[in-house]
Amino acid sequence: MTFMHYVRAFRGIVWRELLRFLQQRERFFAALVRPLIWLIIFAAGFRAALGISIIPPYETYITYDVYITPGLLAMIQLFNGMQSSLSMVYDREMGSMRVLLTTPLPRWFLLVARLFAGVLVSLFQVYTFLAVAWLCGVELPAWGYLVALPALILTGMMFGALGMVLSSTIKQLENFAGIMNFVIFPMFFASSALYPLWKMREGSLILYYVCLYNPFTWAVELIRFSFYLKMNWEAFGVVGGCTVVFLALSVWAYDPSRGIQQRKAVAPAAAG
Amino acid sequence: MQKQATKDGSARTPVLSVQDVSYWYGNKHALDDVSFDVYPGKVTALLGPNGAGKTTLFSLITRLFDAPSGRIEIDGRSAADWGFKALGPLGVVFQQPTLDLDLTVKQNLRYFASLRGLKRKDADERMASALTALDMNERIGEKVRSLNGGHRRRVEIARGLLHSPKLLLLDEPTIGLDDPTRAAIVRHIHELARRDNIGVLWATHLFDEIEPDDDLIVLSKGRVVARGEAKEVVKETGAKDLGEAFRRLIGGDAGEDVAV
Repeated sequence: MTFMHYVRAFRGIVWRELLRFLQQRERFFAALVRPLIWLIIFAAGFRAALGISIIPPYETYITYDVYITPGLLAMIQLFNGMQSSLSMVYDREMGSMRVLLTTPLPRWFLLVARLFAGVLVSLFQVYTFLAVAWLCGVELPAWGYLVALPALILTGMMFGALGMVLSSTIKQLENFAGIMNFVIFPMFFASSALYPLWKMREGSLILYYVCLYNPFTWAVELIRFSFYLKMNWEAFGVVGGCTVVFLALSVWAYDPSRGIQQRKAVAPAAAG
Repeated sequence: MQKQATKDGSARTPVLSVQDVSYWYGNKHALDDVSFDVYPGKVTALLGPNGAGKTTLFSLITRLFDAPSGRIEIDGRSAADWGFKALGPLGVVFQQPTLDLDLTVKQNLRYFASLRGLKRKDADERMASALTALDMNERIGEKVRSLNGGHRRRVEIARGLLHSPKLLLLDEPTIGLDDPTRAAIVRHIHELARRDNIGVLWATHLFDEIEPDDDLIVLSKGRVVARGEAKEVVKETGAKDLGEAFRRLIGGDAGEDVAV
């Protein structure tokens, strides 16, 4: 296996994902419309009802739609990560996953390439959303659009890796809707995406801790800080750590000798 | 690994060697001490009823999961020692269709070529040649979804050959196809094995896909119950044809799964 083999395979995997994404226009519009509804309708209603005090990274009062924008970006990426996992389950059921897994390249590389392809798709969705939001009057610091890119790549990797772990546990495509309901909505609502954590604490201490231990919260904060050209090391540590753990779990799950992909093989003695 | 003597007396090294492989699903014995070799230039038919262990065997050879016991070598490289690298000389056509329906034939093949590390120009040339050989070159720009089952199978075979494999695994590739298409694919694969010196392992439960000179492995309930050239197996069992030989070999396991 030469270096160029890796490069070509990586390019091929990314290219296929992009092709599939471009052919699924409904997926693109759904990814865009969902956060726009939150931004245009939900945020407009809450703008008057909910006051946001000056908390880091903000140095002045901000409007509610500006506050929830990082959370909506993370939501786009979370949905995209789950969509990628759905596509992996679909590929497994349709058989095309076998073509990938019988490639003479290490599994971790194939999974990382697949993960990166999903991140690229999510970045395209994120920046399109930001452009529409800007047209709607939601302006973030100009340099933030560029500085936030590495943070968005990292958060996209975390959600994609989480999706991969989930895809390895889902046996049938039909079970996917349940996972969506049990993962996406609790992660989104129990986070700092819609309200600051201090506001949560005022309401319920338990809920506050739930939000605090939710990786989604830290993804939102990493994105929020990076847009204001600030580094939140705590968020970076949590998001980076979760990415590594989720990725390691998915590599383990797809390993032919150990993972949950393998149907249970039992040694003769144990088999009785 | 056993070397086989050729007509000129020289020894041939197997391109696939399966030695003492066993596999269990829980308490169920799926494969029991299975051993055989596949040689270059020959089609080796793996004949057995549904549930005999053919697909499990293919999953182990392709390393979709690892064999807990025994040894599998592809072109002299053991999957246990070489890991994913052992899959290099392998081309596979799975029983289940594996093409991306929303991509065109060309896009599907290009994707596979990139996974195998082929250069774009090289891949396009091989693609044209493999599709032409299977009468599919005119359909190269069509989405796979618009192709019928037989044409999809041809594309999968073309894809399996794109990187010039030394070993081609075919897991019941003609399932669900009409007789003329089936016959054409059988003929093509036999020609290909002879012409390009490829070792072919062809899992099937259809007798008419096996030629008298093919190597034959009869698998029943996870065990190899006969192996050798098809004509020799028929002779040894004293049967008048392969169908009768097969029924004698596997007794009540044949059921209605195996047909002419």
